[in-house]
Amino acid sequence: MRITRVLSAALLAVGVAAGPAVADSSPSPSASSDSDAPTQAGTSFRTATEIDQGQQATASGSTGDYLYWSFPADAGQRPDVRATVKLPDSHAAQTWQLDVYDGLRRRQACQYGAQTRTAAQGTASVELACVMRTVRAWSEPWANDPLPGTYYIRLTVVDLTSADLGQPVSAELKVGSKDIGGAAAVDGSLAKPLVPGIAVRSESDEDSSSSTKSAVLSSIEPDDGWSSGWWTDRWVWTGIGGVLAALAGIGGYALTRGHGRPRRVPPGA
Amino acid sequence: MIRTQRPAAGVCALLAALAAGIAFPGQAVADETTQAAPKVELVLDVSGSMRTADIDGGTRMAAAKQAFNEVLDATPEGVQLGIRTLGADYRGNDRKEGCKDTAQLYPVGTLDRTEAKTAVATLSPTGWTPIGPALLKAADDLQGGDGTRRIVLISDGEDTCQPLDPCEVAREIAAKGVGLTIDTLGLVPDAKTRDQLSCIADATGGTYTSVQHKEELTDRVGQLVDRAADPVVTPVATEGTGQCSSAPALKSGLYTDREEFGQQRWYKVDVRPGQELRASVSVAADRAVNSDYGVLLRAVTVHGREIVRGEASGLGRTDVISTGLRYPKAESDDDEDTTPETVCLQVTNSFSAAAGVKTSPGLPVELTVDVVDGPSQASDVASFGLGRGWWLLGALVLTGFLAGLLWGWVSRWRVAVWRTN
Repeated sequence: MRITRVLSAALLAVGVAAGPAVADSSPSPSASSDSDAPTQAGTSFRTATEIDQGQQATASGSTGDYLYWSFPADAGQRPDVRATVKLPDSHAAQTWQLDVYDGLRRRQACQYGAQTRTAAQGTASVELACVMRTVRAWSEPWANDPLPGTYYIRLTVVDLTSADLGQPVSAELKVGSKDIGGAAAVDGSLAKPLVPGIAVRSESDEDSSSSTKSAVLSSIEPDDGWSSGWWTDRWVWTGIGGVLAALAGIGGYALTRGHGRPRRVPPGA
Repeated sequence: MIRTQRPAAGVCALLAALAAGIAFPGQAVADETTQAAPKVELVLDVSGSMRTADIDGGTRMAAAKQAFNEVLDATPEGVQLGIRTLGADYRGNDRKEGCKDTAQLYPVGTLDRTEAKTAVATLSPTGWTPIGPALLKAADDLQGGDGTRRIVLISDGEDTCQPLDPCEVAREIAAKGVGLTIDTLGLVPDAKTRDQLSCIADATGGTYTSVQHKEELTDRVGQLVDRAADPVVTPVATEGTGQCSSAPALKSGLYTDREEFGQQRWYKVDVRPGQELRASVSVAADRAVNSDYGVLLRAVTVHGREIVRGEASGLGRTDVISTGLRYPKAESDDDEDTTPETVCLQVTNSFSAAAGVKTSPGLPVELTVDVVDGPSQASDVASFGLGRGWWLLGALVLTGFLAGLLWGWVSRWRVAVWRTN
């Protein structure tokens, strides 16, 4: 009687705890509307065009330009960057490259994807991709693990014949990300995301005299703000683990007692 | 994305948003910008060769005029635009005179479209191609103000006024002023023009475009003018020194400097306990450099101990090489103790160049410094030390089961003991 009550309470607890986990497992690429997708790219870190994840950014430029974009990536995400460059009608073989840098302008490694690709003579387009490492909430200062904050993308031609310099090209770029979830949930967190110029920004916020406004290095932020770093599905796993342990404990205890009252217990005991 | 699926986090975020809203009511407004007006000067080559009719059947001059008219119509509000010509007036053959021939057609200022268009209409292709002197004058025209400054050079031939190398001129202009970019457009796809114009563009972090059609010209010039209108943080010029003790003290912000090949630059930043220093540095290759290069940024204590370093190296064609570092200074045990530590930042580069390449002015260095609150340190690898996965569940279940068994046996044994007594 008591056991069933405990059991049902435990099951209920499991159900409640598992709720968020079930919801969490659904993929969550926030598809932003393309209506305000940027149509040009910056030419340096300082002038990089800010894009959101899921946005299809386009840009026109010349062969030889260094095209820069920046996007926000939060803890637990594994961003992947895909770019297509449309090349002019006639050109010699040229090599294009996609580089990703973090908010400290450190070059970030790509796990896989063709980051550099050579377009043979006359090819209409070249496709590049970079799947980054998972963004961690915290890492030691000596590591260059990806951290939440701004990421810069640089797209450029790295090898070309000089006759091709200055030819019109256009580029399309899209940043998506996979939610890795609790498997990548680490302890610790940054006080502020790795957004360049964020110290200057918060200072001017404190001044808050609305007449003194200034451009910022990076005003990037995910659509729903930076995650607090509090939530991870490890809470659910650990919670379920605790409940199962309790149930197993009850089970083990019951096993030693057999069914009902022991036969030889005297009445009134 | 997170808010809908993570109720708890959502509540936190909501609270945080509320708190932030109370703390900084002006935040959204503060992100907008009212910067000093950006200045653009269009520099147009009006040399005799612009008469050649090879752009969509019309002359190069006609294409340029049409492009200018359309760009003048589309110039964003707030952009101060000027027009300068080169080779517009002097018809003679005297090289010395011809190379001085550059004039301001329309002064840099708030744009009067009709007036500017009328001025453009009067142009007719005439003289020499003094690109170097024209760039020098254009840089003078753009002087003053803290806004971005951009020169758009449209030319159909190489400079005819050597030995003043326009490429060197461009580099020197860029070194003198902060935030000046020269974009070039070539109307002829010949190798010499291309090399010269792309060299000018590279020297200032600008772009080079080779134009073969009218609409390409219009689109590109329009795009460049629009780009100038985008608000951009203007860096503060600083000058690093050869050692830490005499280095300039920097606060959070964006700085530029110049660094020659093989030179070291030192800067100082004050970091209080519990704060984190974030610094990143980019060294730009504004001239022909050898194809292996690198940059090193070190954070060093005043006593010379290295705290952390950022390093990057690369090969092949590039505009910049950059790296960065973070240094969270641990919270002090004594709460009263807020004496800042002076952290020295050392920047070195390993760019090299062929023998003929000029080494001064140095390569442009861009340095960002952010001093923010420190991170909360990790006490465990996993978030809050929590576990995850089937092994965890298995281990917990097994432990629980064993504990249950043990408890059962212990209580049976106690009952048995009690019964015997």
